[in-house]
Amino acid sequence: MDFGFTISKPRSIEPTEAGKEQLRLLEEQVPTFRRCMNCGGCTATCSAGHFINFNIRKVHNLYRWGQYKELDEELQKCMLCGKCTLVCPRGVNLRSLIIHLRKALNKDHLSNDFQHFIRNNNR
Amino acid sequence: MDGKIISIQVAIIGGGPAGIEAASILSRYGVQVSLFEGESKWAHNIGNKFKLFPDFSSADELVQTLSQKIVENQIPAYLSTKIVALEKQKNAWVLTDEQGRSYVADTVLLATGYDIFDAKRKEELGYGIYNGVMTSVDLEAMLKTGKITNVLGEQPQCVTFLQCVGSRDEKIGNHYCSKVCCVTAVKQAIEVKKMSPQTDVFVFYMDLRMWGQGFEELYREAQEKYSIRFVRGRISEAASTFDDRVQIKAEDTLVGQPLKMSTDLLVLMVGMEASCGTKKLAACCGIDGEYGFALSKQPHLADNQTAQRGLFVAGACKRPMSISDAINDARAAATEIVEYLKIVPANKK
Amino acid sequence: MKRYWNEYQKKIADDKFFYERSCIRQTFFPGSEAAFLKMLREELGKDIYDEANQHTCTGIGYHSDIVPLQTTMTVVARLFALMTEAGYENYVPSCVTSFGVFTEMVEMWKHNPELLEKTRKILYDTTGRTFEIPKNIAHPSDIIYKFRYELKQKMKYQLVNRFTGKPLRVVEHIGCHYAKIFPKAGVGNAEFPYVLAGMIEAWGGEVIDYPERRHCCGFGFRQYLVQENRGYSIANSKKKFESMEPYEPDFIVANCPGCTMFLDKWQYTIAEMENKTYDKNGYGIPVLSYEEMAGLLLGYDPWKLGLQLHQVQAEPLLNKIGIAYNPNEKFTGVSGKILPRPEKPHNLLV
Repeated sequence: MDFGFTISKPRSIEPTEAGKEQLRLLEEQVPTFRRCMNCGGCTATCSAGHFINFNIRKVHNLYRWGQYKELDEELQKCMLCGKCTLVCPRGVNLRSLIIHLRKALNKDHLSNDFQHFIRNNNR
Repeated sequence: MDGKIISIQVAIIGGGPAGIEAASILSRYGVQVSLFEGESKWAHNIGNKFKLFPDFSSADELVQTLSQKIVENQIPAYLSTKIVALEKQKNAWVLTDEQGRSYVADTVLLATGYDIFDAKRKEELGYGIYNGVMTSVDLEAMLKTGKITNVLGEQPQCVTFLQCVGSRDEKIGNHYCSKVCCVTAVKQAIEVKKMSPQTDVFVFYMDLRMWGQGFEELYREAQEKYSIRFVRGRISEAASTFDDRVQIKAEDTLVGQPLKMSTDLLVLMVGMEASCGTKKLAACCGIDGEYGFALSKQPHLADNQTAQRGLFVAGACKRPMSISDAINDARAAATEIVEYLKIVPANKK
Repeated sequence: MKRYWNEYQKKIADDKFFYERSCIRQTFFPGSEAAFLKMLREELGKDIYDEANQHTCTGIGYHSDIVPLQTTMTVVARLFALMTEAGYENYVPSCVTSFGVFTEMVEMWKHNPELLEKTRKILYDTTGRTFEIPKNIAHPSDIIYKFRYELKQKMKYQLVNRFTGKPLRVVEHIGCHYAKIFPKAGVGNAEFPYVLAGMIEAWGGEVIDYPERRHCCGFGFRQYLVQENRGYSIANSKKKFESMEPYEPDFIVANCPGCTMFLDKWQYTIAEMENKTYDKNGYGIPVLSYEEMAGLLLGYDPWKLGLQLHQVQAEPLLNKIGIAYNPNEKFTGVSGKILPRPEKPHNLLV
């Protein structure tokens, strides 16, 4: 029945086991990622972020929580210049991180299970 | 000691690290000291801990070492002797204990320390109501058993720490930072991971204050070696779930989105408040400062003196302080007291 | 369950109450206010005055930013004037939002005496009336809570499932304006309120503490008033239903007119929109006002209490408690007139 409105979907992050597993895999591939303390140096210096709405710090934080919606497209904004890696005070290998994120989020590289998971979690 | 008034050169009130250390130094200088502790154990706040930051040394061993100092220096020391009143009479201080016994001292060192913040006052966090909610002090007791378990006695899937419980919070009237909780949570998170590597560990913080030597390195190790997740945001409420876990709500402020998750254990990093004894005795002699802590004369150059001649302060009765800072502060106080006794001959105090 | 409500007790007057009715309650729970008056007068022997010239407290308009503060103050002052003129000092507003508004105005006057003087002047200039600030403002649920054991002695039924002998499992919802504006004005404070829980426990039931217990029902005035915004309103109720569902509550008891209505009617809306109900059998979870809960246990006729006007129908609950009722009289009004039969929902069973 049409009541003239639809029920709003929750927008809070609710971590899932599958998301945790995905983060664990990424941390194995890019161990330095664990060290990030969210200083924002990467975003401050980002060549792309100065011209378009692109916040690499926020992107990888969303990935940590298993929030994958539109992250794939978002990561295409990165020009892989590597400046973020240079400024990071905790030595996070951001270039490597971005490439691994792209791989993880690019549907060609995903297992069927994970594709299915992403589809169900893209709200 | 019943029935007569005992006369003492320096009375030290409080048998924690500051009181014991000051007593032992002063007695090595040949000063006659007596040490009073209201509880039945020396350094009971340390005794409640498992290991100490930043070096994971044993808390029990530190208590033993401190207690040993009392024995070695043959310090007259009274456990379960709670001093409830302190009053200046002419040139002496009169101490009265709970049993009504009086002691007269030329000089007094207040080292009455802190009490743990009562987490029940943050009702929205459900301490004392939900089984999975515990304080950092409760967790130390669990760590002592060598095993981390959820309310069902099983290995927990998730343990979550919440910083600043009772600190930096206008709602309960404590604007100050308790200083030691940040690094304590890092230490405890690592201990949980060591005992239960499969457990996911989260630490919710507003700021991480890694002020001491080795603290920042410990934080980094927690992230890098133990995959402990640090989330910037304050948990606003805890509730029990159907399967007796704890549901928490917070914002990941670095993402700007609300977060809802469940955890087996929620550990509240309870801050320090002026102990009952500190509040009472500081107020007795007019040296009560903000939040009931004892007020020193001046923060830089006279931090062990007070507005009252012959009354000194040391340790966490002044403000939240780590064990090592309290011990150092006690040594400074001992030096001040020795100087004071030198310039004030016995007949002129 | 361990609670700290005992540390939060409020002063609730004993007798001689001035009653103020709610704007919407008589539409949605038409027997509740009458049942409250009956309970106080007949069961407890109290003096409660039901003023004929009363009017809105402006709560809905006030919280929707339609009515300005000074207007609300003056309207509240007029209600207090009616109380003063009737010779009463204990104010009892039937609605949680009114309760919040009165408590707020009195508190505001305490801190800003010039606003009180201005309000007195405006009221006098426009109506010639003067007023005293009530000695005690208590919500009707506070009063029932206070006399819960006295009422229990007169009750014919208990909150017990007669088939299993076990306590009924009850969700309670106090309404944000009861204790979230002024936590100390509510019995048991805002986090673990005890006003309804105290009744449930005293009368044999068991309170369900579910994760979203403290979440708002979503009524939120400005939100539900605009049709397009109702999706946001209903999402709040849905969040609560989803959270309470695993506990299989026997019914919900609510304190606030808005909450009681929303928690009831939205179950129908969700069932129609998503074909989802929150009880196992497809009937939904019955929602009662606290007066209806008390009235049922005292043996008042469910149809005279107005339960047939609820969306989620009460028969399964009545059967569980063992309350006698005549199905044939369900749609006979208090006056004896036959009421029109409501249409059946598509998905929600009635």
